[in-house]
Order: sequence, then structure tokens, then C-alpha cells
Amino acid sequence: MNAIGWPNWRSLNQEGIVFAIAVVLFAAAAIGLPGFIDPNNLVAIVRSVSVLGILALGMAIVIIGRGIDLSAVAIMAMSVAWYLQLLNSGMPDGLAFAYVLAGVLAIGLLNGFLVAYADVPAIFVTLATGSFVFGYVRSQLISQDAVPVPQGHWVELLGGLRFLDIPIEVFIFAGLAFVFFLFLRFTKWGRYIYFAGDNPVAARNIGIPVRPMLVLRYVLSAFVALVAGLLTAASLHSINTRIVNSTLLYDIVLVAVIGGIGLSGGRGGVRNVLVGAALIGILLNAMTIIDIPLLYQNLIKAAILLGAIIVDGFINPRDEQTAQQGDI
Amino acid sequence: MKIIRTFMAAAAVFAVSAFIAPSFAAEDPGPAAYSQALKGKRVMLIPMAMGFDLAQGWAHFLKKEVDAWGGTFETRDPNWVVDAGAQAITDAISSDTRPDVLIIHSPDLNSYAKLMKKAQAAGTYVLLVDNPANFPADAFVGSDWDRLGQLEAEAAIKGCGPNSSKKLGLVQGDQANSSSLYQYAGIMKVLEKNPDFKVVAKPDSNWDATTSRNVTTTMLQQNPDICAIIDFWDGDATGAAAAIRDAKLEGKVFLVTTGGGEKTADCDKLQDGTYGAVVMTDLARQSGDMNAIIKFLLQSGQPAGTSKTYIYTLEKATTKADLKPDSCWDLKALQAEAAAK
Repeated sequence: MNAIGWPNWRSLNQEGIVFAIAVVLFAAAAIGLPGFIDPNNLVAIVRSVSVLGILALGMAIVIIGRGIDLSAVAIMAMSVAWYLQLLNSGMPDGLAFAYVLAGVLAIGLLNGFLVAYADVPAIFVTLATGSFVFGYVRSQLISQDAVPVPQGHWVELLGGLRFLDIPIEVFIFAGLAFVFFLFLRFTKWGRYIYFAGDNPVAARNIGIPVRPMLVLRYVLSAFVALVAGLLTAASLHSINTRIVNSTLLYDIVLVAVIGGIGLSGGRGGVRNVLVGAALIGILLNAMTIIDIPLLYQNLIKAAILLGAIIVDGFINPRDEQTAQQGDI
Repeated sequence: MKIIRTFMAAAAVFAVSAFIAPSFAAEDPGPAAYSQALKGKRVMLIPMAMGFDLAQGWAHFLKKEVDAWGGTFETRDPNWVVDAGAQAITDAISSDTRPDVLIIHSPDLNSYAKLMKKAQAAGTYVLLVDNPANFPADAFVGSDWDRLGQLEAEAAIKGCGPNSSKKLGLVQGDQANSSSLYQYAGIMKVLEKNPDFKVVAKPDSNWDATTSRNVTTTMLQQNPDICAIIDFWDGDATGAAAAIRDAKLEGKVFLVTTGGGEKTADCDKLQDGTYGAVVMTDLARQSGDMNAIIKFLLQSGQPAGTSKTYIYTLEKATTKADLKPDSCWDLKALQAEAAAK
């Protein structure tokens, strides 16, 4: 930064580039698209990326610790589908919720255990557990893709909650982002995640409990997925497990990575997730207003991601350390 | 004497058998021929996924009939994955127990064309259900999506009324599925005849409810005076409904969609005002059409791939006003019936 607060372009990293693209897009849309700058539309933008952002927060914590959680979307959809199925079959709410919480905890623990203690690469573990969760719940526990929320249930009421005319999921996203920020920035275990992500062996040598912390991250990610699932069901009054087959998982990784959280671990934070989510939200909203067909939307999204990565490659060439360790 | 007695006995036997003979002649040859042609034949349904109402309904009605004539009915569940569906068809054709009739719910116009040709070459009749494809199947059973789109547009125009803003919004499925493309074409045909009605936005939902909600929110934000929205499938129209609810435009925006006529998916939502009109498929009748054409093909003796029949299901836009107790079928009841067996 120089005196007037402009970032020095040499110190620009991917987060800065993406933030700049987001600002430019925002300005262009605000000028060029009628109704874009309307407060209600801005709220709609934030809301449209709230669930995505919440999932990306969970993913960010795992990635910073040099891992990845590909089971997030499966956990999100299937835990809530199972919960609603239990409710629809007449089980008391408390008991049903306890079952689902236990299930989510178990999958988080299984992910963490296999990565931390069995030393299986995270990408394989979570790919497998994600498929397992989907397959097991879909075939054994629920009878249909779409499970409706029982009428008058608190999940339905949650979806209707507004504060200052802003949907509740925006506040939950903001609240979770703040909690994750505090955790990563100011707690000892939060700081340890960076050490462990940057250099696990060194972190272990200086006495950081690397393995238990790894387990904790996957459990956190699983719980965050449950929250995201509940919010989805709250808004739509049902959950459709078909979402597991969608590109949502890649969008989550996209939000985290495009915001500048390196897949090699040890870098980034909540701010990166917010920047990534902002770009995706503005982009999708503007493209919907212009009425661009979905095929082209995906193309534009991919082109912008590719552009950000290429520019990042020029400005921040890979150093010796990443070259040796490699990304995941 | 002995000869006379023998002769009389023979005459008596002849007389009795003469009485019996007409009852032999009264035996209807139909059932035997029917049974001989059908018994032990295999029918396989490969929908886009088994997890949604239409597929479960088809499977229920087909199984009932196939079991009754002594055949084997099987399903495969590709779970919305096109490759998995292709694999299922390939396996079915090459297995020892090759199905005699393959019923395919094609995900798009082209993906399975080659495989279906292979199936016909192997001697399997191919039926397309619900989604048309660029392939001359032995029979297509399903909606005329163009006509269905016209019905939707007519319902939307009626729902808007003559004194409305006359602005319509569409939430399309995608740009690959024939049901989405033809529905759009049908809607546009009606709008050509009603030039004062305009489509102000036509985003895709990619059949996903969350996407449908987000694009509908934006659409309503940009055009708060939209009088009707047509969402191309009830599977994601819950998202458009949520957006209308959130924008506090319930009762002002007339939501039209289409679906399989399942009770919780369609009729309940018409009843509570979530949907203004639903163009519903008469599932029992559609399944009945499939059963009839299967029985015909298996008895016809004509080789697979030589006929080309279109059997369109009669469609109708249903609103709350003409909702009847039998307008919908109940998936839960069908499942309970299946479980009771």
C-alpha cells in the first residue's frame, strides 16, 4: 500500500485481483443494468450466495489445514433429507434431530479419522464417504429424491424469518463468517491450523496436536454442511437430494479457491471466502438480469476463474516450497 | 345282439361327445395365444432416476400388469447420471436375460440413440417414455410437450386476465432436454397469437429448486409487475414458489407448472394456492398406454424397430377451481399398497 491507500500492483495477490474484478463488475452492473443497485436486489445477491458461502466456510477451514472435503454436499442434502423423512414418519422432533446430529458427527469423525490416523489422502476419503452417505441414505433411509418439510415445522418457519426485511440465512452466513474469523484469527487452535496446513511435520515436531485438530476440522465441516442443508430446506420447504449430482460441490471449491485460499494449505481466511462469494453472487445476478442462457453462464464463470488463476500465476510465481510439496 | 349293443354304446358315446364338442368350440382361443406370446417375457424400465414420482408411478402400474401376465419386470436406477443410464442399457442388451421390451426415459435428444438402435438390432422393442429423442423407437408414450407448453401458456394468459400487466416470466429447464425445448416452442406459439403478452425473462433453472428460486427472485426484482410465471417442472417450481412467497407477491403472480400429477407435488400445492395451474400427466392412463403397446408389440410378431408409433397422453391444465378428489394419484398410497403385498 502506498500513501493514498491504493494497493501496490506488485503486492496484488489472487484475492486482490478477484476483489478488483468483483468491484469492476459491480460498478458496470450498477451503471448498465437497471434495478441492479436496488437494495432489494443487493439483499437477493447476498442471499443467493449465503448457503454457498456457508459451505465454503467449512471447506475453507479444511483447505487451510491442507485437506479437502468432497463429502460436504452429500452430508448437507442427505442429513436433512433423513431428518425430514424421520419427521414425516412421525418420530418426535428431538429424537429425530438427535439421530441426525449423531449421524453427521459420525461421518465427520470418520472423515477425520481416516485422514489423520489412517493417512489416506483426504480427496479419496471424502469422495468415498460422500458417495457412501448419499448411497446409504438414498437407498436405505428415504423413499424419494425430494422430501418435504412437515407443515408448520420449525424448519418451515425458519425460512419465513425476516429481520429488517432481510432473510435469516444472510444473518446466519454473516454470524458464522464472524465466528470462523474469530476462531481462525484469535484462538490458539485457529492459528495452529495455519501451521499444520503450511508444514504438518514441523507443526507436529513443535508439539501441536496435528491429528486431533485434523479430526476437528472435518467434524466442523460436517456440521456446517448440516446448517446449510437446514437453511436450504427452510427456504424451499423441501430438500431434493438431486443436488448431490449438481455442480454445487465444485462451486464451493471455486468460491474458496477463487477467493485466494491456496489448495496447498496454510494460506487464506474468511475474507477470501467473502470475496469469492461476492464475485460469484454479482456475476450470477448480473447474468440473470441480462438473461444469458445457462450454458453461456457456465462458460463465463469458468473463463473468469481461469483468468484469475492465470493472472495469479504471473504475479505470484510458484516458489520453491510449493514446487517441492505440490498442491493437492 | 352283441354287435347291436356295441353299436348302440358307440352311438351313445358319439352323442355325448357331440354334446361336449360344442363346449370345446366355445373355448376362446385368445387367452391361450395371449399367454403364449407374453408368458416369461421381460420388460425393463430405465428412467432418468427411480427417485421421483413419475418413475415410481410408472413402475407401479407396469409391474402390476407384467406380473399379471406372467412376465418379469425390472427397473434400473441411473440416478440422473446419463452415463449410468447408458451403462444400464448396455448391460441390459448384452446380458443373458436380455429384456424383450426396454422402456427408456431419455435425458436428452441424442445420448442414447446408438444404444437404442443396438437394442432393436438385438431384438428388443424400445419404448420411449415422457421425453422424446431423435430416434425412431417402436413407440413413444408421453406428453406432446409442444401442446403441453401451449396449455401452460393458455393457463398463464387466463391467470393473468385481460387487465393485467401482460408480462410473463419463464423458468426453463435447460437447453438440452427435449421436454424443455419443445415446451418453450409451444409457449411461444401461443404468445404469437397473443402479441400483447410478452415474456420479460426466461432464465434456466437447470431443474434445480435453489437455482429456480434465485433466478425468480431476480426476475421479480427486475419486473415486480409480472402477472404469471411458467416454471417448466414441478420438481423445481417449489423454488419459484419460494421466491414469489419471499417477494410477498402471493396471489399476484400466477404460477404455472407441469408435473406427474402426484398428490403432494401437485394437487396439495394447487389447493394451498402455491401453484395457480398445473398441466398434469394422467399417470395411470399413460402407464395404461404403455401396457397396451407392450402387449401389442409382444404379440404382433413384427421385428423390433419396424414400427413407429406416437401415443400422446391427454393433458389438461388443472386449477384449484376444477380440482377433484381423483385429479391426482397418491404416491404414498401406492407405496403402502406395494408394502402390504
